[in-house]
Parts: sequence; structure tokens; C-alpha cells
Amino acid sequence: MIQPTSKPAIGRGFRLQWEPAQNAHVLLYPEGMVKLNGSAGEILKRCDGARTMAEIVADLEAAFATEGLEKDVSAFVAFAVERRWLELRQ
Amino acid sequence: MAGASPVNIEAPPADVDGAVSQAAGPIPGRAAAVGPPLWLLLELTYRCPLHCVFCYNPTDFARITNELSTADWLRVLREARALGSVQLGLSGGEPLLREDVELIVAEAHALGFYTNLVTSGVGLNETRIRALKEAGLDHIQLSFQDSTREMNDFLSSTRTFELKSKVAALIKGHGYPMVLNVVLHRLNIDHTAAILDMAERMGADYVELANTQYYGWAWHNREQLMPTRAQVERAEAVTNAFRKRVGERVRVYFVVPDYFEKRPKPCMNGLGSIFLTISPDGTALPCHAARMLPGMHFPNVRHSSIASIWRDSAAFNRFRGDGWMKEPCRSCPEKAKDFGGCRCQAFLLTGDAANADPVCDKSPHRHLVDAALARAEHPHVVEKPVLIFRDARNSRTISECNG
Repeated sequence: MIQPTSKPAIGRGFRLQWEPAQNAHVLLYPEGMVKLNGSAGEILKRCDGARTMAEIVADLEAAFATEGLEKDVSAFVAFAVERRWLELRQ
Repeated sequence: MAGASPVNIEAPPADVDGAVSQAAGPIPGRAAAVGPPLWLLLELTYRCPLHCVFCYNPTDFARITNELSTADWLRVLREARALGSVQLGLSGGEPLLREDVELIVAEAHALGFYTNLVTSGVGLNETRIRALKEAGLDHIQLSFQDSTREMNDFLSSTRTFELKSKVAALIKGHGYPMVLNVVLHRLNIDHTAAILDMAERMGADYVELANTQYYGWAWHNREQLMPTRAQVERAEAVTNAFRKRVGERVRVYFVVPDYFEKRPKPCMNGLGSIFLTISPDGTALPCHAARMLPGMHFPNVRHSSIASIWRDSAAFNRFRGDGWMKEPCRSCPEKAKDFGGCRCQAFLLTGDAANADPVCDKSPHRHLVDAALARAEHPHVVEKPVLIFRDARNSRTISECNG
């Protein structure tokens, strides 16, 4: 269950990086790759295992001068956890 | 070890509140829109201590002895990375027979590749796995041939089961995700339950049950390796039951044998689309099995840059886009989905690489696939299996037969 205090981190065996040739963040894993759109990339690059969900949401809202992102970010983090892109630390 | 299918650029996942719109980029439909060779597979050597009957390596591999030097491989890495290559497979043969794998991994890691080592496990020990980890290796895929020592050792024509089991523990111990690959065929597919139990005991994170694809040595042994439909269905049922019991702890990929399908696989996402193989002697291929295609002059990295090979060479442009297609592909609404299937399979079964993959039930050659399936249903055909093991002696014999 994702809590505001959960600390998402990139899953074991996965690596997030910016690829100029694709003009996108990609998530690399054993023998595969997911090309991420802008918002997925922005969320995942903040998932460093140190910041909490609440901090990540606040940071995204500040960076994009908006509010009310919590539901979307939580839904994406849940989606990513299910695929092992992310793991949650407490 | 060269049994696995090395391409898995993920299809777009479902849209989640707009968070992920497009996971894989659009597939270039025309040669004009050539994307980067996202997947680079280096077949470092064709030498292999195993002699697997289903190997996709060319049957004339024994002729190919002039392997690239370390400096050549490092140059290939730099040039491909500059074009946008990002997934790197190190395969063979058995890549660990090369003593420079650690150097190659270190350079690849520094360049930003995600590095995958595809190995039989032979040659992997505590010293080398430490060095590989330090060099930045991301992932090791370990092959098994079956769940028991007897069958593993028979099918690979070696005594390697105990060694592989030790290597599995070593991989796990060094914190790598444990990815087991087992190629399935008539002689081991009934052991799927035992294979999955073995994987669970070893703490595997992923298991790839890859039904044999009939190229190279597997093509020569097709009569003996083709399972019956009932065998395939039982193996799928067993796999689904395992998934239900074990859940997410062990992820199982069951790669269905394409002969049993009605539509072809989108092989390599179309030749020249995302996939680049460099074979041991430097020959660049748009697919690791493509060396057999007739009338193709595949360029070599000793003489050409990766950029010119990928963008400009006739061989890499030959099957780009859909201009090369014949009917029924040319007017087929599914051509953008499966790219007409596999060129090598079209050539092997119909004699023309530009034909539709005969797996497709729209192909006028589908009867050739059905005939192979029908033969598998009649055990008298295979009651005395004559398996041709992948070794240098057999390679030279086959080369001489083929001229």
C-alpha cells in the first residue's frame, strides 16, 4: 500500500536514464526497455529511495506550478510497483 | 549459449491516467525514418563448450575462426552507442570463452549501455563474477537444458548440470536478478512442471520457457524437436497453474512455438528496425539468424562504420519498411503489426525470403507448416531420433554437404 511516507526507489535490476537519441527517459531492465513519456520520466527520476511520496508530489507540483497531482502520481507509482519498476521503502 | 530470443523491447503498457502514453516509439514504416539500433547483440565467439541440438547458431560456424579483437569490439560499442544503441547482449557461443568479456562490459557500462550476459554458466566462477560486477554488468541470463542432470547433460552433450546449479547460486549470491532460460522441445517439454519447480528452488526471479525456434541447428533437428500440440497445451496449462500458485515471486514467460500460431511473430520488429547483431568475425546482421539468407552481402565492421552499416548498407535496407512485400502481405491490414513475420523462416520453408512467413494462415505456403506439425503427431517418424549435436565436426560435415 502506498502511503505519503513511502519512499519509492527504482527496482532492483532496473535503471532509469535519459537517452538523447530517443529524446526520452527510458527504463532499462534485463533484455528490455520501456520508453517513458514526459510525466512518467519526471516522476521516476524523483524516486530515489530517499524522498517520500509526499515530498515527490510537492516537488512535482512546485516544478510544474500546479496542484492536485497526488492521485495521478500515486496511481502511476502503483502501476510501476506492480511491474517492479519501483519498489517501496518505508 | 544462444538459445534465447534476445529481443524484448516492451510494447506500450496501458495508459494510466495519462502517466505513460507511449512506451515504445513508433515503428518506422519506411526506410526514410530509420530509428536507432536500440538493441545491439555481440556474438563474441561461436566457440561453445555445449553442443545443444536446438542452437540457432549457423551450422557452418566451424568455418568462422577469425574473431574480432578486443579493440574492434570496443570500437563497435562506441559507434553503436553514438547511434543510440542502449541494450547490449553479450552472447555467442559461450561469451565467457573470451577473456576480454570484463573489458568489454566495463567499456559498455561506461558508455551507458544496459549490459546482459547470456551464458551457459560454463566459465563463470567467483573471480570472474566479481570482476564482471565491478565492471558494471547489469544482468546474467543462465541457460538450463532440463530439470534433471541426466536430461540437461544429454541435451547439451556435456556434464554441466551440477556446474550450472552452482553458478545459479553464485548469480543469486552476487545480488543479480536470477533469470533462467530453458529452451523447450519435444524431448523436455513434458518436464515443464519439474523445470519450474527447479527454478523456484533456485530462487529465480524470471524464467523464460522459450519454445524452440527452427533455425540453425534446430532446423536440422526439427523432426526430432517438434512437440505435439497436446504437449504444448499441457505445458501451457502447467505454466498457468505454477503462475497461480507462485504469483509474482517468479515471473514466467512462456514463448509459444510459432508453428502452432495462426499469425507470425513480429520478428525483430521488422529487419533493420531496432536490432543489430555483430557476429564473431565482424559480420553485421539485422537478425542473428540472417547469415543464411541468400543473395545478401552483409557488411563487416572491419571495413565499415556502424553508422554506414545501419543507415546505408543494402543488406540493412533490403527488408526495411514494406516496399519489399509480396501478396498476401502487401495488402494485409496486419502488415504494420507483424511485418510479414520472419524472413529466415520464409526462406527456410518456401525458398524465398520475401514471401509471407508461412506460419501465417493467409500464406499460400501454410501447408508446409501444417505438414511439419502433422509429422510430429505421428511418433513413428521420430521413434529413432537422430539428433545432430552442435559441434565442430558436425559443423564441418554440414558445411561440406552444403558446398
